[in-house]
Amino acid sequence: MTVAQAVVAPAISRPVRTPGIVPAARQVALRALRKYVRTPGLIVMGVVQSAMFLFSFRYVFGGAIHAGSGISYVEFLVPAYVASIVLFTGGGIAVAVAEDRAQGFTDRLLSLPVPRYSLVLGRTLADSTTNVWSILTTAAFGFLFGFRLPGSWLDGLAALGLCVLYAVVFTVVFIVMGLFAPSPQAAQGMSLIVFVFAFLSSGYVPATSMPGWLQPFSKYQPVTPMVDAVRSLLTGSSSDVGLALAWSALLIVVFTPVAVLRYRRA
Amino acid sequence: MSMATEPGAAPLLEARGLTVRFGKVTALNGLDLTAPPGQVLAILGPNGAGKTTFVRTVATLVRPTAGSLRVYGRDVVRDPAGVRRDIGLAGQFAAVEPTMTGRENLEMTARLFGHGHKAARRTAAVVIERLSLGEVADRRTSTYSGGQRRRLDLGASLVGGPRLLLLDEPTTGLDPVSRREVWDAIRDLGANGTSVLLTTHYLDEADELADQVIVIDHGAVVASGTLSRLKASIGQDVIEVAVTEPAMLGAVAQILERVTSNSARLEPGGRHASVPAPGGPAELASVIGCLEEAAIAVDEIGLRRPTLDEVFLTLTDEAKISPAVAGASMNGSER
Repeated sequence: MTVAQAVVAPAISRPVRTPGIVPAARQVALRALRKYVRTPGLIVMGVVQSAMFLFSFRYVFGGAIHAGSGISYVEFLVPAYVASIVLFTGGGIAVAVAEDRAQGFTDRLLSLPVPRYSLVLGRTLADSTTNVWSILTTAAFGFLFGFRLPGSWLDGLAALGLCVLYAVVFTVVFIVMGLFAPSPQAAQGMSLIVFVFAFLSSGYVPATSMPGWLQPFSKYQPVTPMVDAVRSLLTGSSSDVGLALAWSALLIVVFTPVAVLRYRRA
Repeated sequence: MSMATEPGAAPLLEARGLTVRFGKVTALNGLDLTAPPGQVLAILGPNGAGKTTFVRTVATLVRPTAGSLRVYGRDVVRDPAGVRRDIGLAGQFAAVEPTMTGRENLEMTARLFGHGHKAARRTAAVVIERLSLGEVADRRTSTYSGGQRRRLDLGASLVGGPRLLLLDEPTTGLDPVSRREVWDAIRDLGANGTSVLLTTHYLDEADELADQVIVIDHGAVVASGTLSRLKASIGQDVIEVAVTEPAMLGAVAQILERVTSNSARLEPGGRHASVPAPGGPAELASVIGCLEEAAIAVDEIGLRRPTLDEVFLTLTDEAKISPAVAGASMNGSER
């Protein structure tokens, strides 16, 4: 029988060992990135959406919003918008994660001898990369619509670095959403929840212009210190940066284990 | 390829009191089963019988609530990583990435099984050759036909050189030509010594592929054995009666059961009754005699081959004698 087999078809060899966490995560990430890059609609829609929102705020609502003394609305808006853009475009991450579950891809991955952490790590790497892409394009639109760096370009780079950190943080949050959503459509709906955090922050209007009962929420939710930290880095200051880093660390520490555990039983 | 080490080794599957519950729903209910390696094993059963849950438990995607399950002697709870090295899963959906080519899909999965770069390329090439996907291997899988996509998915479950291939309804939703293609591929794998566990609700699929058949219903095994043995037990003719007066259905059922010693099935709220008739025409003649004697008017009566539904029902309802229960379960018991 063994002899006959060799004649019928060349054998498929069994790997000597199971893959490590990094090589496995790399494959997971490569596949997610390929899917993104090879689906032109995803890229175009992301860019169009971020440009459209920015355009509306800058030129439509902006005229009616008083940002504060000595600062124009475009200077006020663009840093916050770049810092929180992932909250608007990241819904696609939740949808992609939910689709992988619905279409059997996650089952296939979980049936393979890969370290469980590599699924979350790979997904995070890939989606953080696409998020950095949307941060960069959004920043470019910001400059196009009249934003100018208030400080040195080094300050600008520091602020950008912080935005990239947020991109990673929000990626993990959206992955968790996709893992809990009962369907891809539901994931789309759930991801709208985070809009609330973006809008009820100091990002789009000064928090002091909100009604008194709303101000505590705005003040103590993570997005406010996160956007304020980006604004202060741009002007060479570092106020709120500590708080923003603390929030980022907290979100990562809370959501990563949830994602890993949930992937196990997805 | 590991046939030499197989004799005397652990059974392919060994389930003892395997129970899986999802909340209040019991998907597997104390399932017992032992299967030897080197075979194509088909799990047959109606929708909601627990077929998919069983496959997912073997694939370590679902943890048993109670009982035990061993795959080649490895416990799915204590050594899931070991089980995963031995299996390849092709689920109900073809889990291939549509934006990647067939070759890219296979190479990716091979890497995830633990193959290095070169070994992954070599393995992908072997699988493409074996599943006759050469012509489409470098096209994106979004352009594939349903059958090609299923075959590629089958290939993806093969690149780790699994000892056991798990196929959950491998041909559901395929046209007849594509079904044949997938069947040929599975048969070829079986002939090469890979153990295959497949679920299906098509009897002809089991007929084409399986050495051994296990029929499950309500999460437990109701029949098992070789197909020929199973067929002999279910390949009986059926007497079917349509009464003129629905109220007489109960009396007709009594006659059918008395003559054939089998439990009759009644169409709920309807006029039809049927019963397996091992005695064939002779029993039909007795039934007609008894009906005349009892002065029950019938519109139609006849002897026919059992339908696929009846085959399932015969096997999955064996324990139920009461016509009322049998009638109720004709509507199916979907989970």
